[in-house]
Amino acid sequence: MKVLLVDDSKTMRNIQKGIMTQLGYGQIEEAADGLDALSKVGAFEPDLMLVDWNMPNMDGLTFVQKYRATGGKAPIIMVTTEAEKSRVVEAIKAGVNNYVVKPFTPEVLSERIKETLDRLKAA
Amino acid sequence: MDASYVTPFVNSVTNVFETMLQLPVTSGEPSLKSQGEPSFDVSGIIGMSGDLEGAIVLSFPITTAERVVSLFTGTETSHTDDDFADAVGELVNMVSGGAKAQFPGKQVNISCPSVVIGKDHQVFGRKDVLCICIPCQTDVGDFNVEVSVRKSASQAAMGNNQQAGAA
Repeated sequence: MKVLLVDDSKTMRNIQKGIMTQLGYGQIEEAADGLDALSKVGAFEPDLMLVDWNMPNMDGLTFVQKYRATGGKAPIIMVTTEAEKSRVVEAIKAGVNNYVVKPFTPEVLSERIKETLDRLKAA
Repeated sequence: MDASYVTPFVNSVTNVFETMLQLPVTSGEPSLKSQGEPSFDVSGIIGMSGDLEGAIVLSFPITTAERVVSLFTGTETSHTDDDFADAVGELVNMVSGGAKAQFPGKQVNISCPSVVIGKDHQVFGRKDVLCICIPCQTDVGDFNVEVSVRKSASQAAMGNNQQAGAA
């Protein structure tokens, strides 16, 4: 499974990469902001994306909107410090499939990934 | 500064450190910090704007910062490593984000973090916003959370109008 990690924090990307590797997802690409992600998503064709919200150059919400507008169908989990309900609703309206609030444990992230992929299989 | 602004930051720093680092934090008695009073050696700084405005600083002695970052990243990290500042920035990002979620009904934006590394450096915020220093203790050392936050002028005016209407 190919996973695209989009976060301006290399520390956070490394933490997520460690969790992905433990879950057996070996093909991982990274992007440091929404613009970087847009430049990589077409060629990489991820099966799953973890996307931060607040990033320089292009934020995560804008990236998700632009990606979905081009017909992109990969499941997206927003992983962000934005915890307010209104933000969650905004993200889902933009096309996000699931949401994880930072800080998170590896167990929570793993669970949210499994839930997202199971829901897609069921659909 | 409204004292009720302190609790969300105490709650958030505890939550972040316990969740991401498995490191319990005990917070001490908050006190007023003077402008220009030196912080510790490493400062993670984030700005807030919108209904609340100001800045948050996580300030660590160098050894504590290195231990905290090492726990966060899962690898031994020195303050001279490339990713050290990034890790400190992400910590202050999560603390600020978690705190802002505890101000219901308030629209608050947080900036991208900045990190300053240097002994006896000073962090100057706005002169018209008080800075509250929250001392924190952990098993890997002590650090401070410095909160300089207040209602924006428009929010304050709204509050005054509501009070005048009620009178």
